[in-house]
Amino acid sequence: MNGGKPAAFDSVAAFFAQALAIEVEAAERYTLLADQMEVHNNKEIAAIFLKMAAIESEHRREIVRRAGDTLPTGIPADVSWTNPDGPEAIAFEDVHYLMTPRQALLLARFNEERAARYFESIAASATDPRISAFAAEMATDERLHVSWVDQWLETFAADELDRADDPDPPVYSE
Amino acid sequence: MNMIPATAPAFKPADYKSSVKPVWCPGCGDHSVLLSFQRALAELALPPEQVAIVSGIGCSSRIPAYTNCYGFHGVHGRSLALASGLKVARPDLTVLVASGDGDGFSIGGNHLLHACRRNIDLTYIVMDNRIYGMTKGQPSPTTEPDWDTAISPGGTGLSPFHPLVIALASGANFIARGFAGNIGGCAKLIAEAVRTPGFSFVQILSPCVTFRPDQQRGWKDLVHPAAVPETDDPARAARRLMTDDGFNIGVLYRGKREPYQPAPKAYLAPSHLEAEFAL
Amino acid sequence: MNRPASLSIALTGSGGAGVMTAGQTLLDAATSSGLYGLMTRSTGPQIRGGEAAAMIRLSSHPVQSHGDRFDILLALDFDNVERFAEELPLDSESLIVADPAAGEMPAFLKASGAAIGLVPMAQLAKSIAGSRISMVALGILARIIGLPESAVIAAVAESIGRKKPEALAASEKAVMAGSAAAPEVNVPKLALPHTPRAGRWSITGNEAAAFGALKGGVKFVAGYPITPATEILEWMAAALPQCGGVLVQAEDELASINMIIGASFGGAPSLTATAGPGLSLMTEAIGLAVASEIPLVIVDVMRSGPSTGIATKSEQSDLNIAVYGLHGDAPHVVTAPLSVADCLLTAQWSVHLAETLQTPVIMLSDQSLGQARVVIDRPGDLAFATQRLAPEAASVGYARYATTESGISAMSVPGFPGGQYTADGLTHNARGTPTSQAKDHVAQLDKRQRKLDSFDFGAHWAEIDGEGELAVLTWGSSTEPLREAIAEARAGGTDVKLIALRLIAPAQPGRLTAALAGVKRVIVLEQSHSGQFWRYLRAHYDLPKDAIPIHCPGPLPIRPGEILTYIQQGVPA
Repeated sequence: MNGGKPAAFDSVAAFFAQALAIEVEAAERYTLLADQMEVHNNKEIAAIFLKMAAIESEHRREIVRRAGDTLPTGIPADVSWTNPDGPEAIAFEDVHYLMTPRQALLLARFNEERAARYFESIAASATDPRISAFAAEMATDERLHVSWVDQWLETFAADELDRADDPDPPVYSE
Repeated sequence: MNMIPATAPAFKPADYKSSVKPVWCPGCGDHSVLLSFQRALAELALPPEQVAIVSGIGCSSRIPAYTNCYGFHGVHGRSLALASGLKVARPDLTVLVASGDGDGFSIGGNHLLHACRRNIDLTYIVMDNRIYGMTKGQPSPTTEPDWDTAISPGGTGLSPFHPLVIALASGANFIARGFAGNIGGCAKLIAEAVRTPGFSFVQILSPCVTFRPDQQRGWKDLVHPAAVPETDDPARAARRLMTDDGFNIGVLYRGKREPYQPAPKAYLAPSHLEAEFAL
Repeated sequence: MNRPASLSIALTGSGGAGVMTAGQTLLDAATSSGLYGLMTRSTGPQIRGGEAAAMIRLSSHPVQSHGDRFDILLALDFDNVERFAEELPLDSESLIVADPAAGEMPAFLKASGAAIGLVPMAQLAKSIAGSRISMVALGILARIIGLPESAVIAAVAESIGRKKPEALAASEKAVMAGSAAAPEVNVPKLALPHTPRAGRWSITGNEAAAFGALKGGVKFVAGYPITPATEILEWMAAALPQCGGVLVQAEDELASINMIIGASFGGAPSLTATAGPGLSLMTEAIGLAVASEIPLVIVDVMRSGPSTGIATKSEQSDLNIAVYGLHGDAPHVVTAPLSVADCLLTAQWSVHLAETLQTPVIMLSDQSLGQARVVIDRPGDLAFATQRLAPEAASVGYARYATTESGISAMSVPGFPGGQYTADGLTHNARGTPTSQAKDHVAQLDKRQRKLDSFDFGAHWAEIDGEGELAVLTWGSSTEPLREAIAEARAGGTDVKLIALRLIAPAQPGRLTAALAGVKRVIVLEQSHSGQFWRYLRAHYDLPKDAIPIHCPGPLPIRPGEILTYIQQGVPA
């Protein structure tokens, strides 16, 4: 999924509100995916997703520090962006219980990259120079995350697994 | 323009999340639907204890325990009946019903007709993946005729059921279709369904990663926003739903029928009725 | 003249002749003269126009079941009257009143040896403009049994309404004409007590069950029409909204049972009424209510089975399905009213048990109780301390299915903050979370069983009357004919103990053992073909060695005389 068109913001606070919402959603999504992997006994991937969740949570705290006084009082429940999911959240349907660390990290990389592009486009199009500056900072952060994931990826050999090779058939439960 | 609301929201989606972790396969659309439920409830700012989520049997029906609302995970196919009793007895509650294509359209088919006809103020969310997941992939009423399974080698050869057409013909007051992959979009549809009085039916195309991996990418490419705006004219809606490709997303019909809500007339002590028997 | 204790009268005729209305009017007239009474009806399969029989028993003492024979049969015509032959025992002491224009008298009537009085009823009715043959019949009956015509006319006025003076005048004429034309016969006349009937009730078993449930606190009813239970739903449909409740007609029994589960989950004491076929459909969801601990009352007004059976006739043959019909180990309660009037107490008690124990209660009424109308003394008021245990305040970590000592755990209802839980038919732990762990499964099975095992069901578990070396053990609608047989036996100098179980399940072996102290012989009496009650007792209770079953299927009622024969002469092998 692409990042969609950048939103227009009427204030710096509105920008931060959305940036926060994006990070909150990304962290929550990684946590949920970690839960799914844990339930399905893929602990290795659960650990990767939890680590990604921690990165996103730290990023959220960084935004709070950076925003200082301009931070809105309440995080809006409903911040919209033009694509169905947040620009940084992994889609639920993109995972599989037998996914490999490389697959998980490539997915994470794809989403960090997507987030970077999203903030870059805001930096380029915002009319308020302060918003541009903050968006550029966000994009730099996301690029840094991409580089972290890249480093992480190097520790795993190519291990593409065909899901159709699942040796265990599904079970019935009800 | 993105604006900041003046006040912090009363509830966040996470307020509707329970500590029970879903058993659904990673990659299943139902994970997305669960999030849509939570977002819709947050948008509606309903206290979790004022919401009841009722379900039957099947993958989708596991949803109540994953929320922090009151829930009822009942028997196969009867969720609408159970929810109807609950809503009539407790009109103050917001009652949502979660079902799947087997639970809702096959074993529970008759209840769907009568729930639509009765038009109690319920929101019925059917996660349609065109397969029975919990019993290992048998065809459901919405499965394509040529879908090969162990129980129907070579496919059923039967035309799939058109749930939205049936809902309209039976009297449902709100009919919508969503795609699980669009969490925000489904949340909006669910919130609209809850806001609309009477029986609201939302079919959510929710891919099955395990038995229907074809849906995973295929549906994402096939779904598209409904080309025409919603209608309140059942005749127009009928034409539209009959010619629908099954992948139109959005509110497709919103009627104006009054919900059915029988209410007590008085609060007499039963002994007042004894005169009826006295000679 | 030796006045009889009771008088049994049957009125038959094809549909449109007004047999049922006339029967009701006769009951009204008799009870206005101080008598007690019972009326049941029997009909052919036709919706309209079929043959019908109204069977009435009048007495100066309360009567809640039919006797052994009929004193009078008044046949308005002979159309298909032979269908009632088995239900209307007549003998040489009986009187048949018939119309000479009705044609050849059916063989079974001739064979009975009864005296015959012929009255041209149709012709008399025809001669009075606007009158009906049934009114002529009422006049005849009034004269024969010694009921004042004025009482009959007053009852007619009550029934057709005083707003139709012409119809009333015609009816009055017809009653008087019938009375004048009544055959001179030697039928014993009932003593008319002329005691004021104020304070007495006229009620059917189905009405009593509905009223009892309402008194028990029922606020929600869902049901699907089925004979012979529908009257419970119909009565409730009008009464419930007056008392803060509502009724929903469901699309089928699967829906009605699930609707009441939903409503009860929402906090409303809930009930459905059905008969065997409906109960069969409901069993899966009753199991759900056991597992999820939802209080429910299911009234099964039993009819002859299996399958569609005889929908309009009684049988005590749903005991097995009520006790054993649920899959898995599913402890629940089964109760049974012991008379028409007792439907009230038993229904009220059933609601109390369901709410207190948070489990379904199946109440086994039957057609002979449900559709019988009795005139009785006003039943006493009962008060049960009914309370569904609720959590006291919002607490962290609320456990809906906490394994308490009594097995009963606090049940939160939607709307109560902090009490959220998901009720589940899946095996669950104390929090309600699904599990397949053996320890959780066993803990919850134990807990649910403990609710019933540790509960004190109190004195209502059974009606016990008299002493003797012989006890007759019965349940439900077989109780009243047994009472009558035992009274007769005692009058003849034979002591017999009556033990009638109102609580079928859970079994109360300790209580029955105490009740059987000093009893050497037991007869087990029931109306089923296979001896369901007998087998149930043998499985759960220790009976004396000398225990003999009497079980006969419906549709014919068990008559007091048959029972008396068994008591006095023993049961043939």
